[in-house]
Amino acid sequence: MNKVPGTLKLGLLRGQMEIIQFSRQKEAVVFTIFFPVILLAIFGSVFKDTIAPGVTFSQYFVAGMIASGLVNSGFQNIAINIPIERDMGAIKRLRGTPLPITSYFIGKAISVFASMVVQVLILLAIGIAFFGLNMPTEPSKWLTFTWLLILGTASSTALGVAFSSVPKNGRGASAIVSPVVIILQFFSGVFFVFTQLPGWMQQVAAIFPLKWLTQGMRSVFLPDTFAAQEVAASWEGGRTAIILFIWLIVGLFFAVKTFRWENK
Amino acid sequence: MKVIEVKGLVKSYGDFTAVAGIDLAIEAGEIFALLGPNGAGKTTTVEILAGFRAPDSGSVSVLGFDPATKGDAGRSWRNRIGIVLQTASDAGSFKVREIVKHFSNFYANPRDVDQVIEAVGLTEKRDSLVLELSGGQRRRLDVALGIIGNPELLFLDEPTTGFDPEARRAFWSLIRDLKAGGTTILLTTHYLDEAEELADRVAVIAAGKIIEVSTPALLGGRSTAKATVSWLGTSGLESEESDNPTAVVTKLAAQFGGQIPELTITRPSLEDIYLKMIGGQDE
Repeated sequence: MNKVPGTLKLGLLRGQMEIIQFSRQKEAVVFTIFFPVILLAIFGSVFKDTIAPGVTFSQYFVAGMIASGLVNSGFQNIAINIPIERDMGAIKRLRGTPLPITSYFIGKAISVFASMVVQVLILLAIGIAFFGLNMPTEPSKWLTFTWLLILGTASSTALGVAFSSVPKNGRGASAIVSPVVIILQFFSGVFFVFTQLPGWMQQVAAIFPLKWLTQGMRSVFLPDTFAAQEVAASWEGGRTAIILFIWLIVGLFFAVKTFRWENK
Repeated sequence: MKVIEVKGLVKSYGDFTAVAGIDLAIEAGEIFALLGPNGAGKTTTVEILAGFRAPDSGSVSVLGFDPATKGDAGRSWRNRIGIVLQTASDAGSFKVREIVKHFSNFYANPRDVDQVIEAVGLTEKRDSLVLELSGGQRRRLDVALGIIGNPELLFLDEPTTGFDPEARRAFWSLIRDLKAGGTTILLTTHYLDEAEELADRVAVIAAGKIIEVSTPALLGGRSTAKATVSWLGTSGLESEESDNPTAVVTKLAAQFGGQIPELTITRPSLEDIYLKMIGGQDE
């Protein structure tokens, strides 16, 4: 008997299927890809001032929108969709095949990454065209951007799978997951300048990954002079990487530990 | 060779005992039907055998493995079985061929994708989205996904629920083809005609216990059951149960001097036997 195909190969095939499935759900595509653009249009039109020399609110906001895109596409979409997939019998069906559960997780992560790439391209294109967004030119900034995108995708996916065990079924999932994300967005400096938030809010936000993702994205899209205005008067790149990595491990641990193939 | 061997299987959910001590032995190449009313424990049994649930007690061997086997050994075990569970509603946004092709990638020696689609009669629908399929077509897709890995053993949990008669006939012929190809099949059903039509052996299950295992023809002593002779006597409809109905008829013919009014001779149908066996446990 031949050997069953490898986990990584199957993960890539799962990724392909997840992308096909996502791209055929028009509402999800519009909501995920264009909602950040609509928010940028609204916030960019309302707040026209500069928040620091050479830094418009739009510039600040784009960094936050890309960071929260990672949380929306990964954590939120996955934690809502897995309970729905459970309701429909999709995961139970997969469980009856030789497909390793790891391949299923890899497929989810690939789909999140693909959706992020599209989101970022559209968001940046609209930002440049209509809101005078400045693109970083230093290669080191794009390197930071790349590892943030990869580490952000991985931890957001793992945490989404882990949190998918909380909703009892698909109907209730959105009501449980979405508020968590929205509150985190307000606390983490996506909609407001982080340092202008109350201290306790900043401290709560500092526990969770979104604050670090937004700060990391600001280190990419804002001039280095702005670092002085951050909480620690620095971009804290190293600390960001460590905290995201810890969340990735926490997410993976609970994802594997609590994953269920059907609803209770 | 025993493909499935079960001894003393017990599974409870809280206070409810779904399976109350079941023994089963299923041979390679046979179609074995678990026949019983809803809630009898059919699905729980199949889900334990297919590795979805752990039994509370008892021993289970499927293709020589414990279905709870994990890791690579578990994967190679799953590579040899096919599972068609009760109705699912997933995969709506995939095309029929797309999803069958995708599932074929999971297995070491899959069947040919187009041949499988042909075998379940979905060739015309191969480029349709799954959500556009009718209930019967969806169920046939479920079977396609269950057999694409070329399984030695196929589990079918109530495969034809909701089918129209024509679709059921087509489905039965598909199952016979699979058997002819050497696949061992464990089927659950609450349709008697389905069990009678397909199964080499039938286990009647009620309230988590197996009442009898037999061939459809011999179930419940059907072949030796007494025939009922009934006729219109002087005081209304009369009847007599007998091992030798011819003798009864001869006797009656002599009594009536020829024609016996409203004479009928009936033997119990499988349904009569079955209803007697599960005795009021049906819904």
